[in-house]
Amino acid sequence: MATVAANSATVAHAAEHDHHEPQSFWRTYIFSEDHKTIAKQYLISGIIWSVIGISLSVMFRLQLGFPNMKLDFLRPILGNWINETGKLDPDFYLALVTMHGTIMVFFVLTAGLSGTFSNFLIPLQVGARDMASGFLNMLSYWFFFLASMIMLGSLFIETGPAAGGWVIYPPLSALPQAHKGSELGMTLWLISMALFIVSQLLGGINYITTVINLRTRGMSFSKLPLTIWAFFLTAVLGLISFPVLLSAALLLIFDRSFGTSFYLSEIYIKGEALPNVGGSPILFQHLFWFLGHPEVYIVLLPALGMTSEIIATNSRKPIFGYRAMIASMMGIAFLAFIVWAHHMFVTGMNPFLGSIFMFLTLIIAVPSAVKAFNYITTLWRGNIRFTPAMLFSIGLVSFFISGGLTGIILGNSALDIQLHDTYFVVAHFHLVMGAASAFGLLAGVYHWFPKMFGRMMNEKLGYVHFWLTFIGIYLVFFPMHYIGISGFPRRYYAFTSYDFTKNIFADMNSFISLAAIFTFTAQWIFVWNFVYSMFKGRKAPQNPWKSNTLEWTAPINPGHGNWPGEIPAVYRWAYDYSKPGAKDDFIPQNVPYSQTPESNLPHENELIGLEKEIEAQNLNDQFKQPH
Amino acid sequence: MVYIIAILSVIFLGLAVMVISRMASVVQSASGPVDEDRIGMSNRLNAGLMVVFFVVGLIAAIWSFLHARQFFLPEAASPHGRHTDFLFWLSMSIITIAFIVTNALLFFFAWRYQYRPGHKASYYPENHKLELIWTVIPAVVMALLVFTGWRAWRDIMAEAPENAQVFELVGKQFNWIARYPGVDNNKLGAFNYKLIDSNNETGIDYTDESSFDDFVSTSELHIPVNKPILLKIRARDVLHSVFIPHLRVKMDAVPGMPTRFQFTADKTTDEMKNITGNPNFTYEIACTEVCGQGHFSMRIRLIVEDEASWQAWCKEQKPLLTSTPELASRIPANLKAKAAKYLSAPETAAPADTTTASIVKNGETVASASVR
Repeated sequence: MATVAANSATVAHAAEHDHHEPQSFWRTYIFSEDHKTIAKQYLISGIIWSVIGISLSVMFRLQLGFPNMKLDFLRPILGNWINETGKLDPDFYLALVTMHGTIMVFFVLTAGLSGTFSNFLIPLQVGARDMASGFLNMLSYWFFFLASMIMLGSLFIETGPAAGGWVIYPPLSALPQAHKGSELGMTLWLISMALFIVSQLLGGINYITTVINLRTRGMSFSKLPLTIWAFFLTAVLGLISFPVLLSAALLLIFDRSFGTSFYLSEIYIKGEALPNVGGSPILFQHLFWFLGHPEVYIVLLPALGMTSEIIATNSRKPIFGYRAMIASMMGIAFLAFIVWAHHMFVTGMNPFLGSIFMFLTLIIAVPSAVKAFNYITTLWRGNIRFTPAMLFSIGLVSFFISGGLTGIILGNSALDIQLHDTYFVVAHFHLVMGAASAFGLLAGVYHWFPKMFGRMMNEKLGYVHFWLTFIGIYLVFFPMHYIGISGFPRRYYAFTSYDFTKNIFADMNSFISLAAIFTFTAQWIFVWNFVYSMFKGRKAPQNPWKSNTLEWTAPINPGHGNWPGEIPAVYRWAYDYSKPGAKDDFIPQNVPYSQTPESNLPHENELIGLEKEIEAQNLNDQFKQPH
Repeated sequence: MVYIIAILSVIFLGLAVMVISRMASVVQSASGPVDEDRIGMSNRLNAGLMVVFFVVGLIAAIWSFLHARQFFLPEAASPHGRHTDFLFWLSMSIITIAFIVTNALLFFFAWRYQYRPGHKASYYPENHKLELIWTVIPAVVMALLVFTGWRAWRDIMAEAPENAQVFELVGKQFNWIARYPGVDNNKLGAFNYKLIDSNNETGIDYTDESSFDDFVSTSELHIPVNKPILLKIRARDVLHSVFIPHLRVKMDAVPGMPTRFQFTADKTTDEMKNITGNPNFTYEIACTEVCGQGHFSMRIRLIVEDEASWQAWCKEQKPLLTSTPELASRIPANLKAKAAKYLSAPETAAPADTTTASIVKNGETVASASVR
């Protein structure tokens, strides 16, 4: 968009940025290149996907919690996947589990979280007019949309969607004769994921470029809000690891369709010995988890970054250990690449490798612990305002701790022997990665809703939503650990075949299912609040949370280019809350030290001299550069 | 169990109802564009709920834990299993302490430092000493856990001793097939997936004479107690995973890549019936790697018995060759004589067998290469 307008009227353009010709409906709302619109597109897609993804989990929770229940009432939605006796089809049970995982991990917590907030906040918080490339950004969303449509379509085909678990381990996923879900459903899954990866890469390149190149005057890396650090590192993680998943998926496509043997060897199935020899299913697992593990942090880091910002703002305190937070995020990002094989301790991988990966995995607990302690210390002696965003952030910290701690057990290869692929694992990752990231997403929506839509969400409903969800999630996943410790394997359609699972925990499973339904129901409060507030919410003030970061200096409804006139320059870090001597309890990043002599620390007085220098820079305004 | 759940539900429902009713009244009173009102009643309520949540949650957690504990880590019947159980509870104690302390601080601080009018937060951006302390403490604790865990892992995954009794477990959709090394030579014969058919489900290769006395079972695996067992694991079609919960054994079955797990079972099935107080107790083998529709029901029973009754049981079994004489056509001409005893008159070939076992030594390397 910028290029189009600029070519026609470069001079006028440079003089006034806020006077653009009105664009057609299609260019404004659908094929928009504006990062704010794209962020909202991601957000709304993410919310729709999360409703679908969680509904699927409720369906299989019904099967697990109430194995004798007649599910005929689901027939209008599921059709013949409910058999004549009113039971859920075992094949479709696996499809539900698989699609729940795929949708929640990729479409909700990767696209919905990173896609929304990286897009929305990076330009606004670093002080840029827009993303480095609005066109690629638009392309990123529409690739995601295409991937979404294909994945959604696969739910409705006759043989059902992919059903080999979200990890789609071959040979199960490679052999159409092995399972219904490995027929057309798997093909669509692979196509959809390939497009999804393209979308992530386009987005990731944009995020990285924007953070590096388009920071406003004075916004050095050491002054970046932690949100931006988190988005930046997330994008780097994604950029390095997603291509590996793409290659894994491509090789699987080759094995499925072109008779290659990358993952297949010595297979006899359905009365036939296949000719494939020399491949290795373990190779796929290595490739998959080389993305799969960083993916955990791709999902979690943005949530942690936003939480840092929200907790500091609402505690009215600087985030404790800003540099330690950056260092631990970098540590986590680095270690994320060298721990993948802890998902594979008992796959027959060389046990020596297992030892190495156990060692590396447990190291990652250290930066994680530092982050948790820093959050807690930020609350200490604060002056806390419990906005809904703050509540969700505190909830996130609690989930991050509770779920993270059990990782210490699972990362220990000797203990993993018994617990691998049991409900203990399910409980662990749902708390630390699922619930924690979802809370990050919700916290982000509550916190930045005023900036997105110019209106406030209803806070009281936010409180109710928080408490019901927080309690609900603990009720679902805390007892799930017990089931796992007792050895219940995951992805089981029923627990009736074994003596060791037959007569125990049936009531616990019902309880978990009820808690899941309860939690899901509570989410409608949010959906209603979100939609209602978008149109009817109370008008937002410019800086409702009295926050320091740059997005709150933009107009309430920022137009194209975000700031009318000059982009503000940045003089200080984002965390000058409750600074001794200052008259307010916050000093935004664009307030120079020369205006706050009463609160400056000694070394900050020395920085006053640099202000002229900062103001003289004006390299990063996209609208002012010669085109 | 039912009682805890009922009580838990009541507590949390009550809590939920309380929140909703309090909120509902607040919602009615606050509809105007208020800014400072926001930080009042509801802030105190939320702060208070933080502590309430922690206390009630902790009580519920401890309570449910105590009631569910009877089912945790079902009685271990292997030495390595008892060792990892000890390590599990060691780690669990450490993380429980961390869990309670950090969550307590989180919720307590949230309540204690709630907004107070006219109060100002402390400007406290960093403290290097503090940060160093809480970097070093987790690092030391982790080092301890890694070291103990690594030693246990190394021992479990060590090479099986020479005298280990070998068995083979083959996973397929959707059952396990146990193959025994035989009634005479105690050696597993070679296999080849291309030889699999309905008569020969594990693809036993009858050009290897160690195969002649091998026998298979799809219903149970009998193993001797107190003797090192080497379980050789493979899969025919897709990934499976051998899981023996009471023995703390888990290892994937991978097509094209045989895996193994060595362990010792030190309690017989009968002993376990006494220990668990369950007269119907039986060891079970399950699948823990999703393998398709029947993944949840790939059960095979495991029977642990003393050496003598195990030997006796083995002697009673018929080699696959005996029960399926059609397979004789696959035996090469030069070995037909050696296989004869399994085909027609078993007793006549008995003396010949001992000589075969020693003569074959050379030829056997070829066969075992394909087994491993």
